[in-house]
Amino acid sequence: MRIFDPHIHMTSRTTDDYEAMYAAGVRAVVEPAFWLGQPRTSPASFLDYFDALLGWEPFRAAQYGIAHHCTLALNPKEANDPRCTPVLDALPRYLVKDNVVAVGEIGYDSMTPAEDTALAAQLQLAADHGLPALVHTPHRDKLAGLRRTLDVVRESALPMDRVLVDHLNETTVKEARDSGCWLGFSVYPDTKMDEERMVAILRAHGPERVLVNSAADWGKSDPLKTRKVADLMLAEGFTEDDVDRVLWRNPVAFYGLSGRLRLDVDTPEPTHEGNSILRGTPRDAPRPAGASATEA
Amino acid sequence: MNRPHATPATPEADTPVGPAAHGDGTTPALIPPAALHRHLTDRLDGAARAWLDQALDEATAHSGTHGPISVWELRLAEAGRRCGPAHADAARVLILHAAHADADALTRVYFQGTADERRAVLHALPHLLTGADALPLVEDALRTNDTRLVAAAVGPYGARHLDAHAWRHAVLKCLFTGVALDQVADLARRARGDGELARMLGDYAEERSAAGRPVPADLHRVLALTEPATLTGTRGTDDPHGKES
Repeated sequence: MRIFDPHIHMTSRTTDDYEAMYAAGVRAVVEPAFWLGQPRTSPASFLDYFDALLGWEPFRAAQYGIAHHCTLALNPKEANDPRCTPVLDALPRYLVKDNVVAVGEIGYDSMTPAEDTALAAQLQLAADHGLPALVHTPHRDKLAGLRRTLDVVRESALPMDRVLVDHLNETTVKEARDSGCWLGFSVYPDTKMDEERMVAILRAHGPERVLVNSAADWGKSDPLKTRKVADLMLAEGFTEDDVDRVLWRNPVAFYGLSGRLRLDVDTPEPTHEGNSILRGTPRDAPRPAGASATEA
Repeated sequence: MNRPHATPATPEADTPVGPAAHGDGTTPALIPPAALHRHLTDRLDGAARAWLDQALDEATAHSGTHGPISVWELRLAEAGRRCGPAHADAARVLILHAAHADADALTRVYFQGTADERRAVLHALPHLLTGADALPLVEDALRTNDTRLVAAAVGPYGARHLDAHAWRHAVLKCLFTGVALDQVADLARRARGDGELARMLGDYAEERSAAGRPVPADLHRVLALTEPATLTGTRGTDDPHGKES
């Protein structure tokens, strides 16, 4: 089974997670730029973060046999902080980079005028750079937030079929589906979606344009939720082809709209002792699990 | 031992100037730009070759800094998806060369670059600069734990300009992180007669042995290179630094 997690914040995760994800079949991830939990106070800390998403994190992922791409943006929450908004001026020089496969996460948090401005500006940046957009829907007042999001997309230069609207649920899936956008679902231990509800939505609405992600980050979350959804799909009568479509081909098709997706991984050989992230190769296991070619 | 980008990405990834290159005289840092261009021309497909030719013409015609981002800097950023990962390093070195990037420009694009772009800047340094103005880029790369950057930092430019202390730490870092010492340019010349390097290597070997861990094979090789020139090959196992045994 091959799995593409189209939304996961690996910067917040450990190498144990990379190892477990590889063992579960994850071979590709997209890491959207987002809020770090602790508010930033200047554009410079965004730039260091973007550099990490284009440097250190893909290197870490490659050591575990996983292809890593990113989406870059000013996130909705920090779009409200005037200390952070100048990062919008720096985004154009980042959006030309090879590993950037979309603008995101953009969208609404509290639905403020500042969020309106940042969302519209970044949808335009996506259109200007030939990139699709990953749009987060708000946690609070979600259906109203979805409607306002879709209105702003319709008014933008970016066609709806180049937009992935994420964190959908039972209350928002129908309107999102009718709009023609791609449909993202985040499966979490306690909030957002769970495996059973995800399978029920797939049964009701079908697998077309549906992407499932773990959205794992620094909060309570599980980077193996993609695999758990796949397992439950099979147990509930979906075919292997259905699973491959939702967990691999749909994310490949969406992020492939960028023309920049590269799914072969150049795996550096293990490094050892001290300065590498592998912190010493175990004496009886000269290669990390992630560097082997073992198929899960 | 370490092979950055070890897995061939594409069938044509056997090119000796791609990121899979070893320090065997075939990295983009060691091939003159004209030869590098011929090599790429022979291997790129038609669309990529046309893109590269246009990128190089633009870089030559509009070198320097223009507007918020110069056209050659845009081409530098997109070289990976245009030419493929196996040829991106070489393509980027050629673009930097065509743009006559000076130390200021190289510094800017390095610090604004992805890890792949930074590696290409490091490879380009010996082709574009004679002085030590870009040494801070090498030092930056040596502070990272990205083995692909560390390997590029110990190329000919680093060999020329790193002082003795920084160079010894670079060699030791290669051993620590598994970067093959074949990647270290001018290794034999700089190591010859370096008693301090020999001491550091010996201490490292002792630390590994004390922990019950293997001593990297490369360590013995470079330790042998630290012998003074007149004595090379004349001393046997009574090496006073041979603590690794």
